[in-house]
Amino acid sequence: MKEIVILSGKGGTGKTTIVGSFAALAKEKVLADCDVDAADLHLLLSPSEIQKSEFWSGQVAHIDEDRCTECGLCQEICRFDAIKDFQVDPVSCEGCGFCSHICPVEAITMKENMSGYWFISDTEYGPLVHARLGIAQENSGKLVAAVRQQAREVANERNLDYIISDGPPGIGCPVISSLSGVSLALLVTEPTLSGIHDLERVLGVCRHFGVPALVCINKYDLNEENTRQIEINCLSQGVEIAGKIPFDNVVTQSIVKGIPVVEYSDGGVTQEIEKMWCTLSVMLEDDSKG
Amino acid sequence: MIISVASGKGGTGKTLVATSLAISLRDIDRVQLLDCDVEEPNDHVFLKPEITGSEAVSMVVPSVDESNCTYCGKCAQVCAFNAIAVLGNHVLTFPQLCHGCGACSYLCPEEVISEENRETGVVEWGHSDGVDFVQGKLTVGEAMSPPVIRKVKEYANNDDTTVIIDVPPGTSCPVVEAVKGSDFCLLVTEPTPFGLNDLTLAVDTMRELGIPCGVVLNRAGVGDSQVEEYCEKENIPILLTIPLDTEIARLYSRGIPLVEGFPQWKESFLELFDKVKALIDERNRNTER
Repeated sequence: MKEIVILSGKGGTGKTTIVGSFAALAKEKVLADCDVDAADLHLLLSPSEIQKSEFWSGQVAHIDEDRCTECGLCQEICRFDAIKDFQVDPVSCEGCGFCSHICPVEAITMKENMSGYWFISDTEYGPLVHARLGIAQENSGKLVAAVRQQAREVANERNLDYIISDGPPGIGCPVISSLSGVSLALLVTEPTLSGIHDLERVLGVCRHFGVPALVCINKYDLNEENTRQIEINCLSQGVEIAGKIPFDNVVTQSIVKGIPVVEYSDGGVTQEIEKMWCTLSVMLEDDSKG
Repeated sequence: MIISVASGKGGTGKTLVATSLAISLRDIDRVQLLDCDVEEPNDHVFLKPEITGSEAVSMVVPSVDESNCTYCGKCAQVCAFNAIAVLGNHVLTFPQLCHGCGACSYLCPEEVISEENRETGVVEWGHSDGVDFVQGKLTVGEAMSPPVIRKVKEYANNDDTTVIIDVPPGTSCPVVEAVKGSDFCLLVTEPTPFGLNDLTLAVDTMRELGIPCGVVLNRAGVGDSQVEEYCEKENIPILLTIPLDTEIARLYSRGIPLVEGFPQWKESFLELFDKVKALIDERNRNTER
């Protein structure tokens, strides 16, 4: 089984547009939306939910007011400023449990925290595993891990070859969680100075975790000088450019219609995404032979 | 006064709004810009600040003096993050998993666990033509951005200065860490189903945190009208609308702030600021009552 993740560093460069299109192009795959903070892939794939599960992760301290003697030790030792006036602020609570261990009258217990849901859905393009992190919750990295675990199980059950994941923006915990152990990462960037800067950092993360990466330059004609700079930077690091997608309003139009762009238009954007999927699938095939 | 600039969805224009607001305000007020998008900080691309100082961000992680350790296992038992383990006559620590709560060192009965610093990022500060600037950078390969964000915010100068915070995208812990304590949050979005979906998540987050918010609608003119309908229904003011314009996108691509490329926008950003200030004042009056 091969896992490919689409990442970008910078947000809003077109990850979901590309994953939605790969969904329509690839055969024998499971789709996974690992952007659990702000999942959007379902908006392109019209999923029908077949399973919904609660995601329990982490703990929150709870103070029993009847037992509490207001000695203040918990407030003193908490490094996350999560206890004020002998009340726990659940948003600030890191769930470390230090307070519960030191409370001299055992007034503090740790309670399990339901921090979101994950779903398995069917779409006309194949199964989709997605999730919704609760509002202002922690542990998005663990929810990403849960989504990937479910995707692997679905792939095994249904004998599917690929998992294609829509990744989160940034380079931190949920990105690392969606990247570890995948076969290939496709990094979507744009020819802006911010895009160039952010690409370098996410390339660094791929290198750090030993994941081979390819780059896609979206809206490449917005600034061709910057596009050349990205190509030079990639060349100097031995990173292949998998595709260059032109700027076109059909992308936004397809999002408004709620369908993958390759199913909406047969123009330059679609041709380039099709070419890119060919490149990637050949690479993944070669990889499995080698 | 602290104004955060956030969005559920990435790439909607937080950096554009934060930098142009800061630059517009510098003529009338003391202004400080904090780039709390420490995973991918970009404000520096636009402000080109002169960096005058920096400080490493460290987390404390346990260091075990095994010569006096009895391998009782207390440390592993109290660690909620599996960052320390006792296997026979060995203590293993996993610094990347450690949240730095300090429970293991405090509770070790033999007092053989001390704490050492592990660097996970850096905070830099300086100025750019009348704007005080602070940014955090998470080290590549590190997972936890909240400690870096916390450190950036320690440099907030909220006395007689307008503080603008560029918030990372999303709705989870880094966002909470960055917006906490703000007087107002501007939510930047775009008029597409993705923009709407992620805006609703961001609005729910701000409501959970009790932070008043308003919307900046970027790339208006493409997409659909659902964001406007949602804002009307939820009684969220749209405080500024920026049209989809290839020229604006090209300026952005070259790292030029909108209000510098097109100075006529300065007035719109000052109006935006006045509206935000009026909303904060109104809210303060209501809470006093």
